[in-house]
Amino acid sequence: MRIVLDRARCTGIGICESFAPTVFEVDDNGELVVLSAEVPEGALDEVTAAVEGCPALALRLEP
Amino acid sequence: MSATTVHTGPNSLVVVGASLAGLRAVEAARKAGFAGRVTLIGDEPHLPYDRPPLSKQLLAPGGSTDPVTFRSRAELVDELGVELLLDAPATGLDPDARIVHVGGAEVAYDALVIATGAVARGLPGTENLAGVHVLRTLDDARAVRRALDEGARTVVVGAGFIGSEVASAARARGLPATVVEALPAPLVRSVGSGLGAGLSALHTRNGTVLRCGQAVAAVEGTGRVERVRLTDGTAIEADLVVVGVGAVPGTGWLAGSGLPVADGVVCDEFLRAGAPGVYAAGDVARWHNRLFDRSMRVEHWSAAAEQGALAARNAVSPADAVPYVTVPYFWSDWYGSRIQFAGVAGGDGHEIVSGDPAGDHFVALYREGDRLTGVLTLNGQRHVMKYRRLIAQGACFDEAVAFARTPAHGATAAS
Repeated sequence: MRIVLDRARCTGIGICESFAPTVFEVDDNGELVVLSAEVPEGALDEVTAAVEGCPALALRLEP
Repeated sequence: MSATTVHTGPNSLVVVGASLAGLRAVEAARKAGFAGRVTLIGDEPHLPYDRPPLSKQLLAPGGSTDPVTFRSRAELVDELGVELLLDAPATGLDPDARIVHVGGAEVAYDALVIATGAVARGLPGTENLAGVHVLRTLDDARAVRRALDEGARTVVVGAGFIGSEVASAARARGLPATVVEALPAPLVRSVGSGLGAGLSALHTRNGTVLRCGQAVAAVEGTGRVERVRLTDGTAIEADLVVVGVGAVPGTGWLAGSGLPVADGVVCDEFLRAGAPGVYAAGDVARWHNRLFDRSMRVEHWSAAAEQGALAARNAVSPADAVPYVTVPYFWSDWYGSRIQFAGVAGGDGHEIVSGDPAGDHFVALYREGDRLTGVLTLNGQRHVMKYRRLIAQGACFDEAVAFARTPAHGATAAS
């Protein structure tokens, strides 16, 4: 599964990072850095929680 | 009883409240495989929409005034199989008969999720004065936006987060803005007095007048607001008054139901309210948060989303119920700066581990005894979620301070 970030929507609120810190990190400028374009092995649950938990609806998963 | 007793779950789920928690409830029920009847009852005419933008993007100069909705009517009705009852405030609950009253109509349930949110407190006596608003609904936000676009001299009553966002929106247009706060310092209850003063310095640095320790004596005007008079006699000319003095849980419709209510629907850690099959979620729910071992009610986006989903899963599969455990989190945007808070503002003080509360960046950690309980950041987006995780893990305060000093994640190394 591929992680797709809509930068126009993302405002760096960081809920994704709290669910999946190995995949998402907000940087000093408040920009979200996606550390892995693909969902890492064994991390689907936490990435799904991050996608569903995004208040800006900026994340989605693609096959 | 025979040995062949069949365990059956509920056949119908009713969700009262069609905002974020209610929406997530119906979505989660379907996602969990619930095939029974699902009804979503809401008091506003609108489809579920997102509230944080109401005081942020929707008030920004030139921004869209369209609501941010999550799902279309067709998606809700046809794909999720949800019966929508909008513009239909629930008026009563009979937990023995398992019936929700909606005006003259009755909606029967096996499982019920109460997600009726909170209602903004107004200023008594201003109900018939044009130009005075609370900011809770889409219609409120559009009215405030119109006034700002027309160049309103703006007075915000209450130096809380939403009011401060309104003041930011006024200043973004160069409009005169005053924030009036009855307490001697802003945000004392949410972030503590010292740091509240630090955040409120953002107002003065951005040209908003902050008047603390002043109550509103009167909002004056003929038909429409003309000025706000403070208890010290000062009069502030105003075309727009936004009242941001908090909200009360939407439990009025539960009067007489017998359901325990005490500043919110009282729930256990599984979000079970005090009647069979009844759960609560979002701003209206007061539940026991195991992580902090205390009763909480929070008006935060992520709690509403998560509680809505969890309450519905528990409601349709009560045998597999799981507790709701969280580190509360919220954010607010003032004058282009982002404020973030996670946890609880522990009563045993705080330590600044990065930056300066008088400046444009800081990270403050809160403690209770030797435990880390909270983090407040101003423009500290890189830091906040790392501490949120430490709080969730039950970290010691000293451990968190040591973490702050490590160069890799070090708050002290940040700008």
